[in-house]
Amino acid sequence: MEILNAIILFSQFVFIPALAYGSQLALGALGVTLIYGILRFSNFAHGDTMAFGTMAVILFTWWFQAMGLSLGPLPTALLALPIGIVFCALFVLATDWAVYRFYRKQRSAPVIFVIASVGVMFVMNGVVRFIIGPDDQRFADGERFIISARTFRELTGMAEGLTFKVSQGITIATAVLVVAALFWFLNRTRTGKSMRAFSDNEDLALLSGINPDKVVTVTWILAAALATIAGTLYGLDKSFKPFTYFQLLLPIFAAAIVGGLGSPVGAIAGGFVVAFSEIMLTAAYRKMVAYITPGDWTPDGLVQLLSTDYKFAVSFVILLLVLVFRPTGLFAGKAV
Amino acid sequence: MSEPFLIGDSMTGGYGTGADILHECTIAADKGEIAVIVGPNGAGKSTAMKAIFGMLNVRQGAVRLDGEDITTLSPQARVAKGMAFVPQTNNVFPTMSVEDNLEMGAFLRDDDIDETMEQVYGLFPVLKEKRRQNAGELSGGQRQQVAVGRALMTQPKLLMLDEPTAGVSPIVMDELFDRIIEVARTGISILMVEQNARQALNIADKGYVLVQGRNRYTDTGEALLADPDVRKSFLGG
Repeated sequence: MEILNAIILFSQFVFIPALAYGSQLALGALGVTLIYGILRFSNFAHGDTMAFGTMAVILFTWWFQAMGLSLGPLPTALLALPIGIVFCALFVLATDWAVYRFYRKQRSAPVIFVIASVGVMFVMNGVVRFIIGPDDQRFADGERFIISARTFRELTGMAEGLTFKVSQGITIATAVLVVAALFWFLNRTRTGKSMRAFSDNEDLALLSGINPDKVVTVTWILAAALATIAGTLYGLDKSFKPFTYFQLLLPIFAAAIVGGLGSPVGAIAGGFVVAFSEIMLTAAYRKMVAYITPGDWTPDGLVQLLSTDYKFAVSFVILLLVLVFRPTGLFAGKAV
Repeated sequence: MSEPFLIGDSMTGGYGTGADILHECTIAADKGEIAVIVGPNGAGKSTAMKAIFGMLNVRQGAVRLDGEDITTLSPQARVAKGMAFVPQTNNVFPTMSVEDNLEMGAFLRDDDIDETMEQVYGLFPVLKEKRRQNAGELSGGQRQQVAVGRALMTQPKLLMLDEPTAGVSPIVMDELFDRIIEVARTGISILMVEQNARQALNIADKGYVLVQGRNRYTDTGEALLADPDVRKSFLGG
């Protein structure tokens, strides 16, 4: 019984949150890795692309809520998500047309694209704050829990409750669906294969008659869709604040690099590695230890390895370790 | 005498705005014929082939395919006209399966490609065995077969090979040459740059010996092999 209670606590405070957070990071990292693999640069504006897409979703969610539209127990934001994706994709394509296309024509070095993307990041940052403001926005509605702590306790008769939030369930389910769809697209369709070919060997792709403009356009649309979905899920799970989304850039890049830049499977694995390390190292294990140890050996402290303030340090350290010991990442992407 | 199917007619040119590398160099290949460009290092062999494929500026002279002047077309446009090019290195998509490599070769085609794929598998049976394997995991010789197969998927009228036997063993080289002869028998013209001059001239209908971007000797492969001057200077006696 004691052990079971400890496991419930672990699931409640570590496993389920990390699974949800990992899914959000994985979706973000997939966008980064797609752009790196196909357009060949690290897109620093990806965090703010997420913010822009999520902002569009929030604005439409509010509008739908005002009109009285709802999905019942599910958040209205899911209804606004496709529209948000369209707006984000248009915005990103306009950015490509205005900024990156010029450098592509010049055949500029990747580092120039990176610096340009930093500029794009600042502009997007400003646009988002200008439209929706720098403050926290909440837009989640509908049912809050799939299983609440009390129902769980009543159902199982355990001392500890396990909550499973709707936002966590939606995050995990959506991530699975989106990843499956993305892999189907990349591995089975002609356009998807041509994108992989372009990523593998650009010159040979051109010799085979693959249209580079189409590949670039589809890549941006996919990246915008992934960013909007990841951002909306994160916002539903926590809350939306432009600065937080900018900060998400670090764990997302850590995830993409850990998995191996350019490797979609790696991005997903990296997302979960980063999320689990972050949450496991900053979780407080006091009550779990109390259950497992005999008698009433309850520790005085929180039994927390790191304060949550240091969660970004975890991403940094993982990044460092990977770059030192395995620069191509777990799934042998391109060397950084 | 009518003009050959492909002719790079007295081409003079170089990369970008740089110095000329080719000087009035003429290369031609007729239908179903194997033409081989040989010569010492730095003679402009690969450059001559790239000029024909539109990868450098031809300032004087012309490239004509089937009587049509294609001098100003981009390489991609030339692919659509029926030319296929197999680069010397990086000539496959390494993280894609053999089958996907072939499918990408046929990207420009809208019709059914299964038949062409079967022909390629017929030509290179080992590829059929490894169709699900990634091209990057194959041996050097098998990778060359994928590269040639990919180029054949566009159903080209002219196949250009840049040192197809570089870095493969002599046995694999002989086999690759046999396959190239088979391809030529189906009516496809072949233009090939080769380091292994003797073996290449052996299968060549026409040989071009280039020196410093100029035509030095031009004859049938057989005649070049028999020419004592060519033997002494380029074939090691």
